[in-house]
Amino acid sequence: QDTQEKETVSPERAEEAKLKAKYPNLGQKPGGSDFLMKRLQKGQKYFDSGDYNMAKAKMKNKQLPSVGPDKNLVTGDHIPTPQDLPQRKSSLVASKLAG
Amino acid sequence: DIISTVEFNYSGDLLATGDKGGRVVIFQREQENKSRPHSRGEYNVYSTFQSHEPEFDYLKSLEIEEKINKIRWLPQQNAAHFLLSTNDKTIKLWKISERDKRAEGYNLKDEDGRLRDPFRITALRVPILKPMDLMVEASPRRIFANAHTYHINSISVNSDHETYLSADDLRINLWHLEITDRSFNIVDIKPANMEELTEVITAAEFHPHHCNVFVYSSSKGTIRLCDMRSSALCDRHSKFFEEPEDPSSRSFFSEIISSISDVKFSHSGRYMMTRDYLSVKVWDLNMENRPVETYQVHEYLRSKLCSLYENDCIFDKFECCWNGSDSAIMTGSYNNFFRMFDRNTRRDITLEASRESSKPRAILKPRKVCTGGKRKKDEISVDSLDFNKKILHTAWHPMENIIAVAATNNLYIFQDKIN
Repeated sequence: QDTQEKETVSPERAEEAKLKAKYPNLGQKPGGSDFLMKRLQKGQKYFDSGDYNMAKAKMKNKQLPSVGPDKNLVTGDHIPTPQDLPQRKSSLVASKLAG
Repeated sequence: DIISTVEFNYSGDLLATGDKGGRVVIFQREQENKSRPHSRGEYNVYSTFQSHEPEFDYLKSLEIEEKINKIRWLPQQNAAHFLLSTNDKTIKLWKISERDKRAEGYNLKDEDGRLRDPFRITALRVPILKPMDLMVEASPRRIFANAHTYHINSISVNSDHETYLSADDLRINLWHLEITDRSFNIVDIKPANMEELTEVITAAEFHPHHCNVFVYSSSKGTIRLCDMRSSALCDRHSKFFEEPEDPSSRSFFSEIISSISDVKFSHSGRYMMTRDYLSVKVWDLNMENRPVETYQVHEYLRSKLCSLYENDCIFDKFECCWNGSDSAIMTGSYNNFFRMFDRNTRRDITLEASRESSKPRAILKPRKVCTGGKRKKDEISVDSLDFNKKILHTAWHPMENIIAVAATNNLYIFQDKIN
């Protein structure tokens, strides 16, 4: 009996293998508390209320310096007003693939 | 702006949409008009208002999105219409009323509002009501704030028409529509130690007839039914619905794709429907160990889970809905496709909501996704699907075969062919 046994890999398992090959540091349990904690935070944008209010006050006198090319950088004069805040990504923060 | 929720009211005459910019747009169905027979059934804009604005949580230095997560109508009790709309943190009760009359002939002021000189008034008159152009006003009647630490995902009006629930990732609160400074916590799954967190609440809904019963779904694919008569805090469920999993087929993706994104009771109250990433399941409330029906929405995506995880699409939250008689169910998919399943005949159909494929009053052509091998004409291959065109929100008229489908920032309304 020399029949070759073909291993039937489910499509899900095949996809899992692909993912693990790309990101070897991926944690074993996707449902772990770290994963869910990130989900709870949903990629929220932080802002500094002090800087925001100072910027609002300054705007009355002069035009605020426009936001630099990196809209995610939030410091001092470059604090955006609510209108300028960039679109938020609703998914998890990028580190999910780093494990 | 991107539409984030769609909901018909109890009569189906009004259709509300909420969007990412915090706006609510309400459409009204045109009345039958003999001179324009085709306009019957058309929905036109009735009212538009800004429901929520972006807010800042100064204590946590966080921004609170103005995106409307859910809208739920209240049953109509008088001439005005009421709805609840919610963003991540605050629920608002809005009153939408019509004004088509205006009083004229005041004694103390002119028509333009200026006060008249009292010494000039020599005679008294009774103001009379004159018709005016219809004005639809929306005013916030109640603001239910500060009750949720986490993001609100669901609101559900109770059948008692006095209370409603709001659910976030870890807690469910019960409110009275008249009372805004207090809400009662009925479910709390937050562990004492957050490191022990294993699942979150994904959706919740009250039973359509039994005002003491509600269900909530979890990220682990389970549904818990709770009875508020049994205890004040419903941390212990009355029923626990879970389909047993085959341990040999478990993979990294199993839990993620089992996460339930929506749960809806049937109109009859006998069944409930859950939507997970790849399927829709119908459960009999009397049977907890498995669903009575399972419908595959886009099984061909199972072999694409790796890339869907990388581009985050695997976390998309699709909604589902019943038709008025509970004989059919509908849910969305990618590429602006949406799926409808007939529970009696077991037939299913895939349709597309896009400008290119539908002209007004044209009949929709069924679509088909080709999963392997040779692609037939008119079929579309899995790799050509546009995963940015997702239909997450759909609604079905409570009585007629009219459906509303939100495709990103466009709203489509389809109805059965009229002869």
